[in-house]
Amino acid sequence: MKNVERQTDRGAAIKIENLGKSFGDFQALRNVTLTVAQGERIVICGPSGSGKSTLIRTINRLEQHQTGRIVVEGTELTNDLKGIEKIRSEVGMVFQHFNLFPHLTVLENCTLAPIWVRKLPREEAKETAMHFLRKVRIPEQAGKYPGQLSGGQQQRVAIARALCMRPRIMLFDEPTSALDPEMIKEVLDTIIGLANEGMTMVCVTHEMGFAQAVADRVVFMDGGQIVEENVPAAFFSSPRNERTKLFLSQILGQ
Amino acid sequence: MADTASNTIARTAGPDMRSLLRRLAPFFGTPLNAALTVVLLWLMARFGWLLLDWAVLKAAIFPAEPETCVGKTGACWSFVIAKSGQILFGIYPPTERWRAGLVCVLIITTLVASARPSAWRPSLGLVWVAMMVVVLWLMGGGFGLAAVPTSSWGGLPVTLILTVFAIGLGFPAAILLALGRRSNLPVVRTLSVLFIETIRGLPLLSLLLVASILLPLFLPEALLPDKFVRALIALTIFAAAYLAEVLRGGLQSIPSGQSEAAEALGLGYWKTQRLIILPQAIRIVIPALTNTIIVMIKNTSLVLVVGLFDLISSGKAALSDPAWPAPSTETFLFIGLIYFALAFSFARFADFLERSGAEKRG
Repeated sequence: MKNVERQTDRGAAIKIENLGKSFGDFQALRNVTLTVAQGERIVICGPSGSGKSTLIRTINRLEQHQTGRIVVEGTELTNDLKGIEKIRSEVGMVFQHFNLFPHLTVLENCTLAPIWVRKLPREEAKETAMHFLRKVRIPEQAGKYPGQLSGGQQQRVAIARALCMRPRIMLFDEPTSALDPEMIKEVLDTIIGLANEGMTMVCVTHEMGFAQAVADRVVFMDGGQIVEENVPAAFFSSPRNERTKLFLSQILGQ
Repeated sequence: MADTASNTIARTAGPDMRSLLRRLAPFFGTPLNAALTVVLLWLMARFGWLLLDWAVLKAAIFPAEPETCVGKTGACWSFVIAKSGQILFGIYPPTERWRAGLVCVLIITTLVASARPSAWRPSLGLVWVAMMVVVLWLMGGGFGLAAVPTSSWGGLPVTLILTVFAIGLGFPAAILLALGRRSNLPVVRTLSVLFIETIRGLPLLSLLLVASILLPLFLPEALLPDKFVRALIALTIFAAAYLAEVLRGGLQSIPSGQSEAAEALGLGYWKTQRLIILPQAIRIVIPALTNTIIVMIKNTSLVLVVGLFDLISSGKAALSDPAWPAPSTETFLFIGLIYFALAFSFARFADFLERSGAEKRG
């Protein structure tokens, strides 16, 4: 209950109410309700096909919802294009497969949106980009192309690229699932660094250690629904739902 | 057997000799290869000699007068030299030929200046528009120059103008068509598909004939564009439909994650296409684009069926001069060389673009 109070105190960053979405006959999301407070860090987990990626992608409208409503930073997501572009420039997203632009250098990847969307002068965009590249600890790679970097480096560039827009919310869609094991830590450390600065974030991940370390709340999804949500300590030590228990036992190998 | 023999020689010979033998091995390594090599060398020597004999040794070159060719069994180059002005510029008024020549220089200079990727800025588009305006002024006259109607245009400038305008206007149209065909808007998509499939289903020749013969029957004179313009429109929409399909192939090969990432950053549809999708898609289809564009360069020669004087029709007109023996082989070789120079330099340019892209991304 303490949690709920804090949300109302600080105002909601994301408010999702009774969300529903289907792809043809497949019901990807049913009746999902979730509120994310300013500065809150949410980890969403669940088996594949549970709708967690779809849910996070509806927040910046890469997927359109069919029923229910989403309000992001006070703006409701509708078909109004202006509203969508405004929200997208305030919500950063990091993808499983990085999705860097291969024909642009690391620096250009980071300055593109600030220049074309935020209308920042070129020099200022460059300074911002270098600031965030230093933050993800790869300023020396600024002149290289994404294809010349390792997976972990690429994902850190992707994080820097999103941060260059100075977003108020960051969405991470399985940011470490496509990485070789030895590179997972460098990316998670970068995300933990961000979390410690108070960025609002929603992260879909299977990294339960990470969830335990940074999440304010863990949300477990299955079959397009939120099955259980709780603070990490309680979520991991005493899951209430059978499906949560099964999932945790599978993923933690217990 | 032969292989072991050459190996034995290679082992006993010095290092220079050995590398020479290694290089010769593909040609003489086996009895079959050796036989093929000998036969091909003989054929090359035989036809090479015939060509040299005809084109140079027995050729009539100077002075550039009809008498030079009389009694010669070789090529009659003096005709090509004497008639080069007419072949290159067709029936363009001889006193104004400098204008047509300047147009060729202008177009080729602009093409060469646009070749380096570092020159590709928005301002280059303005340079092209300015070049096109100046070209039309020089060719057509007005504003201080004697007017020359399009019916008097001819030769290389016509070929260059048709090529550059048809591709220059057709390429942006092709981009819109290719994007339209992948659009989520049903009306846009249907119209794009309809246009592309209709044009692709028709031979270029029939398009040109429709533009030059049928349109005048339907349209009142006042609304009817010039014959040259009608042919240009036909070439342009033909180029647009074909280039659109080539581009669509490129667009389809870009993973959806690219546009998702761009849109997630707040870039709208057009900026996403322009900055992220098209640069990658176009680079992927450079070989196919090159092919289509080279075909288009040569397609411009079809305008002769609607009575425009491109290079080939100018050549044919020059050949009809009764004062000369009509050395058509020499004339068409000359014209063929011009086409080859255009198509080959474009192919080399495309090759350079492809390689520069590959190096960049490691």
